[in-house]
Amino acid sequence: MRTSSAAGTAASTALSLLRVTDLRIGIRRRRGDDTVIVDDVSFDIAAGQRFGVVGESGSGKSLTLRAVADLLPKGVEVLSGSILYDGRELVGMPGAERRRLMGPEIAMIFQEPMTALNPVVRVGDQIAEGPRRHLGLSKRTAHSLAVEMMAKTGIPDPERRSRAYAHELSGGLRQRIMIAMAVSCSPRLLLCDEPTTALDVTVQHQVLRVLEDLCADTGTALAFVTHDLAVVNQTCTSMAVMYSGRIAESGSVVEVLSNPRHPYTRGLLDSAPDFDQPERQLIPIAGFPPSVTGRPVGCAFAPRCPFAVERCRTAVPPREEITPGHDTACFESERIFAGVPA
Amino acid sequence: MLHRLSFVPGRLLQSVPVAFGVTLLVFFLAHLLPGNAALALLGQRATPESVAALTEQLGLNKPLWEQYLLFLKQLGQGNLGTSLTYQSPVTGLVLGAIPVTLTLLAYALVLSLAISIPLSALASFRPGGGRDLGVRAFTLLGQGMPQFWVGIMLILLLAVGLRTFPVGGYGETAGEHLYFLFLPSLTLAIAMSPTIIRSLRSSMITVLESDYVGTAKSKGASGVSLLTGHVLRNAAIPTVSVIGVNLGYLVGGSLVIERVFALPGLGSLMINSIFTRDFPTVQGVTLFVALFVVVVGILTDVIYTILDPRVDLGRASSA
Amino acid sequence: MTTVTTLYAARRARRSTAGSRSLKPWYRNGSLVAGIVIVGLLVLAALLAPVLSPYDPIKQDLVNALAPPSSTHLLGTDKFGRDVLSRLLWGARVDLRVGFIAVLIPFVIGTVVGGVAGYFGGWLDTVLMRIVDVFFAFPFYVMVIVLVFVLGSGEASIYIAIAAVSWVSYAKIVRGEVLVAKEQDYVVAARLGGLSHARILVRHIGPNVLSQAIIYGMSDIVMDIMAIVTLGYLGLGIAPPTAEWGSIISDGQEFITTQWQQATIPGLAVVVTSLGLSWLGDGLSDLLSPERRK
Repeated sequence: MRTSSAAGTAASTALSLLRVTDLRIGIRRRRGDDTVIVDDVSFDIAAGQRFGVVGESGSGKSLTLRAVADLLPKGVEVLSGSILYDGRELVGMPGAERRRLMGPEIAMIFQEPMTALNPVVRVGDQIAEGPRRHLGLSKRTAHSLAVEMMAKTGIPDPERRSRAYAHELSGGLRQRIMIAMAVSCSPRLLLCDEPTTALDVTVQHQVLRVLEDLCADTGTALAFVTHDLAVVNQTCTSMAVMYSGRIAESGSVVEVLSNPRHPYTRGLLDSAPDFDQPERQLIPIAGFPPSVTGRPVGCAFAPRCPFAVERCRTAVPPREEITPGHDTACFESERIFAGVPA
Repeated sequence: MLHRLSFVPGRLLQSVPVAFGVTLLVFFLAHLLPGNAALALLGQRATPESVAALTEQLGLNKPLWEQYLLFLKQLGQGNLGTSLTYQSPVTGLVLGAIPVTLTLLAYALVLSLAISIPLSALASFRPGGGRDLGVRAFTLLGQGMPQFWVGIMLILLLAVGLRTFPVGGYGETAGEHLYFLFLPSLTLAIAMSPTIIRSLRSSMITVLESDYVGTAKSKGASGVSLLTGHVLRNAAIPTVSVIGVNLGYLVGGSLVIERVFALPGLGSLMINSIFTRDFPTVQGVTLFVALFVVVVGILTDVIYTILDPRVDLGRASSA
Repeated sequence: MTTVTTLYAARRARRSTAGSRSLKPWYRNGSLVAGIVIVGLLVLAALLAPVLSPYDPIKQDLVNALAPPSSTHLLGTDKFGRDVLSRLLWGARVDLRVGFIAVLIPFVIGTVVGGVAGYFGGWLDTVLMRIVDVFFAFPFYVMVIVLVFVLGSGEASIYIAIAAVSWVSYAKIVRGEVLVAKEQDYVVAARLGGLSHARILVRHIGPNVLSQAIIYGMSDIVMDIMAIVTLGYLGLGIAPPTAEWGSIISDGQEFITTQWQQATIPGLAVVVTSLGLSWLGDGLSDLLSPERRK
């Protein structure tokens, strides 16, 4: 059938911490013609692995992440597929059971720390909330743990800052608070939804460093969603590129970025600024991604793809493995990248 | 915290013109009485001597501005004049009636919140759902029923029908007060809740969709802990000012409701005084109620500031 | 960001299939139709009261006092032997008329004050708004009761009393709307074009601002009817023996244990009236400013 699931190979099944299989997310309709936003997404994240998902706005990368955290917006739901966390099926798991996982097992960091922090609760109390609930700590112990976590994320004068409100802190500090909050219960999987997009580049760099260090300390796996290839490059070991609700290409970060096998990935690389080669001319991808309801019949990228042939417009290309661990969903991959050494 | 309350003195100062306006308006109302005020006040009891005496007593033969200054001076001394019916200082009458009305108001506010918070939570959880529609029907009905009629219906159902509550009166002990005041407070709460629910429901919907509630969920919060820890406090902020603005409405309603349940509060005092044409008392009650509303406005700002750490009214008003 | 745009697209897609709400014809607007039907029937009942009423509403028949509901007196008779149903119908005439008329004066005063304050701003705005604050300090019923007392009972006093209290709300609403409207490009353009203030206020700002005042007016009628009924109940409203819902309730309260329907039915009439007017108001606001409603 499809070689996609083989991307992880059978051996990793036992090892994978998060296994997402054929996930479809969308808006369910009474008369069957559901609006599908995320279609047939599969990937594996092993314990301690750092996995990045790259895509433009509307590619469905955030929804995929939110489906894992059970934070899909109202009206949007998992239509089919499976999300296995540590061998347990999350799709259809009762809410109460799932909430018990959130915090000590799975934690999440959001894009905009200003809105993701409760404006009327002191940040220290917000960090302490999870440990009090899940680790059964007393108010005082949880508070000192919160201060300790804040210190670990590099917040100066954490004791005083723990009594501050979100609006009294800078963007970088706020995001450090979010990180402290997320790792306070030492989760095994940390979901990051564009955690540095709202920050300027230097702060972004520092925050990513803190995130990496903390995850390395606790052996926490990362699922990292971003539109920024440079961030994935810095933070992750393996990655997937999403386009219009599907995974276009996936593999190790080194492999995908240095040896792309999907014309969309190629386009992304050509249009992204490269600090090593500042003179290189940026080539934007022509056109715009299709809307959720206006997706073409075949490959969603076909209308923008300079290499598209007839087949691309009639059938959806399956994900196929090129080299072990590296797969692409492109019929013409071999032809397009023939001259490039694999 | 404290420095954010530094706006209070300024806010108090701001209310001074309003308070003066209130006294002026009340004073002006007193002089709207057509013809000879003393005669009008005394009505059927008027004799040439009593009219002359009252004219003298009220200072009605002096120029208007002098009368106003006298009125202010007496007010400053806590003197609201002498009741024509009871022949005793109005201040004493008002002070005697205040506890009843204040208890009624506080009780009604507590019951309003006890009704509004669960109903708003129920409605906001799934907007447009069956429960939401039910709550909306309640708010629509609650606003469409005359308050005094709700009181009569409660008497009919609970006092006359089921004999669970007294038809009226205030009781002697604190426990009795709570028992006797339950129906009148419930009446006011039914009238007040729709306004609170409207505000709380919509702000709860906004809060439930907010990112920080997502964060709280990602920390494993749900149900009651989510509601009390994250939703309610945020949703309460806009609702506080809605309650503040509508407290005047509640006060007005309580005056009428006291009448329905024969409670010896400000409302009964005022309406009885109206029937006996006891103008100094009517004036005293009116003045007190209006000044009370002004104070409530300031209190609302204080509570608002305490609830929302982002608000800095001091900075806003000095800028 | 990502999620929001995706969702927006999805919602828009759904909306385009469901049909936009604001574009549907007025007769498909449920609350508007319900409001029109209810208010229409009430107005009709009030207008036809002389025809519909089986008895004279104020003619006493002491022999038949406090008769229970029967085929001759559908809602029974009150303590003076007056037919309650007839009084109810005639009461509609009084309460609806006073309610509709009472709303007009404060509407005009408040709109003018709010419009002037908002448009000209500055010290005029400050002074006018302080005056508004002063009036705002008086609870509706307190002010109305005191004014009716001072002015003496009667319909004219009720109009003045209600006007004195409720103009404040219109002033606040209209001022807020004007503050927004005067920053709009078309108003700025009109001002740059040298149009007079009066012309700009009346021709350019007015129409855009009035819809909110009208929508508020619909709920204000409800409030006014409540006030009239309450005054009637307290014995401060329309003088007896004229039939009026509040005084019917007041009369009925005495006999609540034996004749519960006397106090109950007129109250229900008020409830139906206010429901009808609320729906009419909702429908109107849908029609007049669709972009403000979700």
